[in-house]
Amino acid sequence: MQVGYYPGCSLESTAKEFDLSIRAIFGEMDISLKEIPDWNCCGASAAHYLNEELAKALPYRNLVMAEAAGLERVLSPCPACYSHLRHVHEEVEKKPHLLERLQKITGKGYHKSVHSKHLLDFIKEDIGFDRLKHSMKTTLNKLKVVSYYGCLTRLPGVNLDDVENPVMMDEIVEVLGGEPLNWSHKTECCGASLSVTRTEIALRLVRAILEAAQERGADCIAVVCPLCQSNLDTRQKDINKTYGTNYHLPILYLSQLIGLTQRLGYSALGLDRLIVCPKALLLEKGIIEK
Amino acid sequence: MDLQPNQVLRLIQINDRTSVLRSSTIWICASCQTCSIRCPEDIDIAKIMDSMRKLALEDQVPLGEGKVVKFDEIFLDSIRKRGRIHELELVMRYNLAIRQPFKDAHLGPVMMARRKMKFLGHKIKEMSRIKEIFQNSKRLLKVQE
Repeated sequence: MQVGYYPGCSLESTAKEFDLSIRAIFGEMDISLKEIPDWNCCGASAAHYLNEELAKALPYRNLVMAEAAGLERVLSPCPACYSHLRHVHEEVEKKPHLLERLQKITGKGYHKSVHSKHLLDFIKEDIGFDRLKHSMKTTLNKLKVVSYYGCLTRLPGVNLDDVENPVMMDEIVEVLGGEPLNWSHKTECCGASLSVTRTEIALRLVRAILEAAQERGADCIAVVCPLCQSNLDTRQKDINKTYGTNYHLPILYLSQLIGLTQRLGYSALGLDRLIVCPKALLLEKGIIEK
Repeated sequence: MDLQPNQVLRLIQINDRTSVLRSSTIWICASCQTCSIRCPEDIDIAKIMDSMRKLALEDQVPLGEGKVVKFDEIFLDSIRKRGRIHELELVMRYNLAIRQPFKDAHLGPVMMARRKMKFLGHKIKEMSRIKEIFQNSKRLLKVQE
């Protein structure tokens, strides 16, 4: 199986472990990832109000580059990238005048052939749970996992799962042998880029999420978004300092959890790059050996 | 948020442009879509907040939360120069712009130790196309439906 791949800017730096673990688990399952040649930034949350046309033209160019490389399906692990690619594709399908305008801005035509996939639906629909189970060499030994979706299922163009109570990640956690806990903060905002511009707001929001996870007795939080992971992981110490709390919750990418069941290397999955170290927890649960 | 979202909407209804466009609320909104999804009248409140941002910039009013725009402008400028974001550069440029060069500096050592810092940025090959896209893109999209 081959699928196009759009890592996006974060997966090249602060979310490198997301990229590493995805490549590792896909390699293990014999799925080859073909990166969109010369891809550009999707524009994330900066473009849409500053420049409407730019906000569409940037993801549009990626669709064009993917199409030129013959990639019919493109996996975008980052929810923002995924949302932009999918949303622009759907909009040009419905609005020929928009397609015309984007062709003019970018100087490139697009034949609407690229289908965007997010990790969650790619695992459920394209890989399937059977194939996933088949690749497992061990289980998560009932590791208590709360799945944090953030705003993924609510973004424009993303029509993946329920907006209030998504379950796709929980289902995958269950397949992996973890214990998915139902909890109150599945889709509560992490503060996104306010983490930089209004840090105190993000700390307050992240604190609520960590508190809810801890209250449920979670061992860790599973995520599928580089910004969520960053906010929940890198800010835990600051939160403990500000609020006098004592959180020590590892924030793991779903792909890392999958890789653990496939017995892939600790470093190969980028587990050594997490700020809140999961090693002790994983050893305790017998998921990794010393 | 200095104004609550329901207050923003009421002020729009009574045409109090000044209060709305100068608020910090419209900038603090993180577009999590919770309000839009839950509104029993199906009002896309998040989109209204976004539209208010556009109007605030158009009217050139003093911004209720200038830092958000600064950050996003540097973000777009980084894309214009490289085609991609170089996170370290983005944060450093932003810190300088808000005159807090050491903001979050305490995170630096641990990020470096965990190899989360990419020190060199990547420039895409088709930079001429990116330049073209930036030059051709107009702030407001006006196409017939």
